[in-house]
Amino acid sequence: MGRVLLVCRLAARDLRRRPAEAALLLLAITAAITTLALGLGLREVLSKPYQSTRAATAGPDVVASVSSPPDSGVPADLAGLKALARAPGVVGHSGPYPVVWTKLGSHGQTVDARVEGRDTAPAPVDQPKLTEGSWLGGGVVVEAAFADALGVGAGDPITLGRRSFRVAGVAVTAATAPYPELTCLAHCVPSGLVWVSQANARSLAPQSESLAYVVNLKLADPAAAPAFVDAHNPPENAPPGARASDPMPPLLQSWQEIHDQTASLVRNQRRALLTGGWLLVLLALASVAVLVGGRMADQIRRVGLLKAVGATPSLVAAVLLAEYLVVALLAAAAGLAVGRLATPLLTDPTAGLLGSAGAPPLTISTVGLVTAVALGVAVAATFVPAVRAARTSTVLALADSARAPRRTAWLIAISARLPVPLLLGLRVAARRPRRVVLATASIAITVSGIVAALAAHADLIDGASASDPSQTDRMNEVLLVITITLVALAAVNAIFITWATALDARHSSALSRALGATPQQVSAGLSAAQVLPALAGAILGIPGGLGLIAAVDPDSTTLPPLWQLLAVVPGTVLVVAGLTAVPARIGARRPAAEILQSELA
Amino acid sequence: MNASESLQHLGPVLRARGLEKQYGQGMGLVRALDAVELEVAAGETLAVMGPSGCGKSTLLHLLGGLERPSAGEVWLEGRRIDGLSEKALARLRRHAIGFVFQAFHLMDELTATENVELPALLAGRSPRAARRRAAELLERVGLTDRAAHLPSALSGGERQRVAIARALSNEPLVVLADEPTGNLDSSATLDVLRLLDGLRSSGQTLLIVTHDSRIAATADRLISMRDGAFVEETRLTHGSTGRLGELAGLEG
Repeated sequence: MGRVLLVCRLAARDLRRRPAEAALLLLAITAAITTLALGLGLREVLSKPYQSTRAATAGPDVVASVSSPPDSGVPADLAGLKALARAPGVVGHSGPYPVVWTKLGSHGQTVDARVEGRDTAPAPVDQPKLTEGSWLGGGVVVEAAFADALGVGAGDPITLGRRSFRVAGVAVTAATAPYPELTCLAHCVPSGLVWVSQANARSLAPQSESLAYVVNLKLADPAAAPAFVDAHNPPENAPPGARASDPMPPLLQSWQEIHDQTASLVRNQRRALLTGGWLLVLLALASVAVLVGGRMADQIRRVGLLKAVGATPSLVAAVLLAEYLVVALLAAAAGLAVGRLATPLLTDPTAGLLGSAGAPPLTISTVGLVTAVALGVAVAATFVPAVRAARTSTVLALADSARAPRRTAWLIAISARLPVPLLLGLRVAARRPRRVVLATASIAITVSGIVAALAAHADLIDGASASDPSQTDRMNEVLLVITITLVALAAVNAIFITWATALDARHSSALSRALGATPQQVSAGLSAAQVLPALAGAILGIPGGLGLIAAVDPDSTTLPPLWQLLAVVPGTVLVVAGLTAVPARIGARRPAAEILQSELA
Repeated sequence: MNASESLQHLGPVLRARGLEKQYGQGMGLVRALDAVELEVAAGETLAVMGPSGCGKSTLLHLLGGLERPSAGEVWLEGRRIDGLSEKALARLRRHAIGFVFQAFHLMDELTATENVELPALLAGRSPRAARRRAAELLERVGLTDRAAHLPSALSGGERQRVAIARALSNEPLVVLADEPTGNLDSSATLDVLRLLDGLRSSGQTLLIVTHDSRIAATADRLISMRDGAFVEETRLTHGSTGRLGELAGLEG
């Protein structure tokens, strides 16, 4: 117990001594965890609006539809659908309603529409709730998300097939996921939903045989809808009918399936947030590694002192690990809270559902995953340095010579031929190859994220006409937030790395100045030591980003414009040069004599 | 008359007027250097002696432009340098001043040759010329066979000889040596003394800070310091003592 208290006390003291570092680390891990929590929670975010819509529209528990066999010329099997309405467990129904697929024209654009024939009287099950205008009354009613995408409202003219109609109203329904994720009926054609009178629906069909029918069922036990569907749907691998003219069996879908389809409205945001979240986790890992490595350089003597007064290697390792575990746990809690609160801000429930998106519930799996990730970041990044510090000989640690620089002979030889800032920069970088790898990885991860975001944005622009504009806007916002967070975290990393390098190279920098290097050459050298890995990272990040988007969204074929890809490399180098200039300059400003004297002391 | 003596009539190469250095303020004010007046002639070897903390190293840093004085003037070859920018001071150090430190201050990741050639590279010499000069200097300090070794593989005396070779890389006007034998045993001290003697004979201006009286006795002139001020100045008759090593009492 005393040992645990000692570890806690030492860890707390050390955290208090370095509040800025602890705060930056907390921010880095929190940003990663928040994004991850956002991505994980997004699936549930539309649950509340869907339930509200279901309640307001007397939403069906099961939607069943039937169509005629393709090219058979025989009508759809309406009897099978009617039989379902009388099946045990069904307590109410509406329909069967005729359905036809046709072209909708509006404001010069033509899109596919699913037209459902309805009665003017309210239906007992699935009565769409008007958000604007009136129900039918000689016109048509457009599903709200579809109307939003088309930019039409009550009173606007549209065409269905070749016939002109006026939009009487706009309504929401829970019998299908909102546009553009419309739930498939017997035919699965990507389209928007329009309600017309039954007579108009029939008249829009080229032949009566081409009509499909839909019936909405209310069950005694809505929770049993999946079981009802399983019992009445044809088996998945059922052999096709013996003849083409054999009737097609009804296709059933439970309200739970429709609810899940609604969640896929935010599929792209979720995908982007989860990808961004994992990229941020990797960046946070780099942040912790850089911080811990930097502190090792700065604090190796403290480790020696601890060991000299009797601390065992495991105690030293435990103190270092404890510090970062505390920060990681705090970050996990903060990330979960911020992610939960921010989720509704990043999602528009779409015009196709009622009510606003709520905060997602905190599930055990989400909490467990993000906590494990945060702890994993802390343990992975501190394990090696902690063990190394613990194993360092006490004498060497006290002499501050435990971290001897690496010698890379070929780099030293090449650097002799370069201008002084590059000579110094290359030699500073070559002293700590692991730090160079971290810096390169940090920039490569960030640039991969940026390139993937650019590709996703280009894809959005490409497919903007077929999407709900509010969802496109939200997706763009999500991409922007992820990009800004990635850049911010990478910037923090670049500054950390430069500062750690400036501290680590303070002796050689002071010596270079004593031997005639100007402060400007030394600070330019420290910057160059960061810019060279940044250049490599930016170049690696372009194929990395394109690979990432191909892995996350295999269907996406849109590439960002070439100028954007080309601009990423010099842009990254310029930003890193700018970011590192200040810490490099501060690092090079300390009087050389003071540093050389302190080394002597 | 050797090269050193023939150069000394040319006048001071290094001069300090009313030089002061203070650290801290109020009750914590420390006067590290107080109204120091100094002239070092070309080719002269000057030793500054005194107990630890008397301001010897501070004086060296001020003369070499590594620190700025709180008051007073520093002149190098007729040019006032205490008001120069950091950049100008760095350029000046590059060409006019060579430093030798007690702790050697070699770059651990560079070989002896690479350490010696570094000032020449910083001064913009071609890599080939810098390497050639480094080889000459390492030969002069007797370390040709250790040229490819890292500092960690060299003895203390060898490290200090590399540091002296490095200080000479750009043929400086003045070599400022801060306790050059402070970290060395007797044998290594003798090696370094021989080197310094060679430099003195070749007309190199030397200012050596030390608290070792044997080293001080090798100089043309000896200044004693206490509490940041000069308390005594002695012109040594070098001829009366014979070779440096003998004077230092290190040879058998």
